[in-house]
Amino acid sequence: MTIEARFRIDRGDFRLDVKLSLPGSGVTAIFGPSGCGKTTLLRAIAGLEHTATGYLKVGEDVWQDSQRFLPPHRRPLGYVFQEPSLFAHLNVRGNLEYGRKRLKHQTLTVSLDRAVELLGIGQLLERRPHQLSGGEQQRVAIARALAVSPSLLLLDEPLASLDEARKQEILPYLEALHCELDIPLLYVSHSRQEVARLADHLLLLTAGRVQASGSVAELFSRLDLPLAQGEDSETVIEAVVSGRDETYHISHLDFPGGRFAVAGKIRPLGQPVRLQIMASDVSLTLEPQRKTSILNIFPAVIEQIAEAGTAQVMVQLSIGSVRLLSRITRKSAVNLELKQGMLVHAQVKSVAVLT
Amino acid sequence: MILTEHDLTALAITLKLAALTTAILLVVGTPVAWWLARSRWHFKFLVEAVVALPLVLPPTVLGFYLLVALGPHGPVGSLMQSLGGRPLAFTFTGLVIGSVFYSMPFVIQPLQDAFAAIGQRPLEVAATLRASPLDRFFTIAVPLARPGFLTAAVLGFTHTLGEFGVVLMIGGNIPGQTQVISIAIYDHVEALEYTQAHWISGGLLLFSFLLLMVVYALNRRFMVVQP
Repeated sequence: MTIEARFRIDRGDFRLDVKLSLPGSGVTAIFGPSGCGKTTLLRAIAGLEHTATGYLKVGEDVWQDSQRFLPPHRRPLGYVFQEPSLFAHLNVRGNLEYGRKRLKHQTLTVSLDRAVELLGIGQLLERRPHQLSGGEQQRVAIARALAVSPSLLLLDEPLASLDEARKQEILPYLEALHCELDIPLLYVSHSRQEVARLADHLLLLTAGRVQASGSVAELFSRLDLPLAQGEDSETVIEAVVSGRDETYHISHLDFPGGRFAVAGKIRPLGQPVRLQIMASDVSLTLEPQRKTSILNIFPAVIEQIAEAGTAQVMVQLSIGSVRLLSRITRKSAVNLELKQGMLVHAQVKSVAVLT
Repeated sequence: MILTEHDLTALAITLKLAALTTAILLVVGTPVAWWLARSRWHFKFLVEAVVALPLVLPPTVLGFYLLVALGPHGPVGSLMQSLGGRPLAFTFTGLVIGSVFYSMPFVIQPLQDAFAAIGQRPLEVAATLRASPLDRFFTIAVPLARPGFLTAAVLGFTHTLGEFGVVLMIGGNIPGQTQVISIAIYDHVEALEYTQAHWISGGLLLFSFLLLMVVYALNRRFMVVQP
């Protein structure tokens, strides 16, 4: 299943003009600066933008083309808005059941209990929305969207209206959705941290247009995109827990290109994990260092070098099939005479396990 | 008994008139208020001005035009006659029509405000939860606008209770048919029967006050429930 879309919206001061093809599984993040059209695109997919012209096909079903426009209430989707927007006149249970009552029983593949359990809101069912905290409200809103068993779940910055603590409260639930349900998620965000943690696929928007679309690992490491141009540039790498050094309490994480040694016990063996490596934590040497405290050193090929401000450069490396970013000073790059195609050794100072 | 039989009949007619007027306005006014709250039509202000007109128009002016329209030579009156009916001027039906116009803004404006206050969002949420437009109206908009409905009903009712000018013009003060309580008070004062005038006026004052008090108390409770 894929999602094929082409939309055009003209509002005078803002124009959205996009053509996209997104995978019909996993989490796709729609990422970009404020005002780039992320929310408008999501609303167009939901049928909430009546002026949107274009084409939308989800799996085998055409939701919109030049002849037809399926109204939002006929589109089999779930939508989580930026603010929880619970119905104030209904309690939590009433909110959760609102959509379900309007559907045939056999189309409900996600049971109410399952939605309640996934979002951990079992204690809240009889409460009124105004008796809930912001984080609880948003969890109910997510469960409500999930409870209609959508074939596509749209989330419009569901964490944006919450403070940091509430975000940390909800993120694990979103990860659980990702792992446990076979529903494709489109997730609008302007937080690269959320994207790095949750998304598989990434759609970059800028000024109403698609800038790039691809896997998170690929786009995060592309030097021509804004993601790799900030102070906080990072690489995301998928790995598998492959072993453990019991003496030193080190876990081994295999990725296509090598093996990371990371302090601490990480998950059961065989478990896939997502790693985050900050570009500033990767240094380069021409000779492999033997007398060093750094555990993770890999031979790597320089793919590309780009300026990163006046004092630094960003180096894109490949280790096997995996890309890694390294941010070093321009002075070092000149001293080492780094060039495209050179073989170097990448020393990774720190690896963060995201999920 | 201080009140005469006339007074009691007038009171009964007044209550019946107010109840009927309020019911009609709630049914007819709700879609109008909904449309006014949601439409982005460029010339919506024209409709809003027409709805608000009875607020500022002297009731006698409204009554006069209705009398002309509903009378035997007016457009509505002659239509009624050609259909085998009789002109509506000086009838209870005529009174109801007059009252509907007279109290229209008092029902439509609170409803419009209540619908506007709900905003677009809850309705969009309901749309993504498979509710059709009509379904959304009845299961989201109406319950959320409940304070507005209460205010509209009570304002419409109490405002119709106090009607004088329109009723006098169009109803003609026929005892037992079109004589309402406010005109009965006037008649008592004319006849220097101040005791009766006092009793009826005081009763109306107290009744209206109690009704409004209940509305504001209830709406405050609704507001607490709806942050």
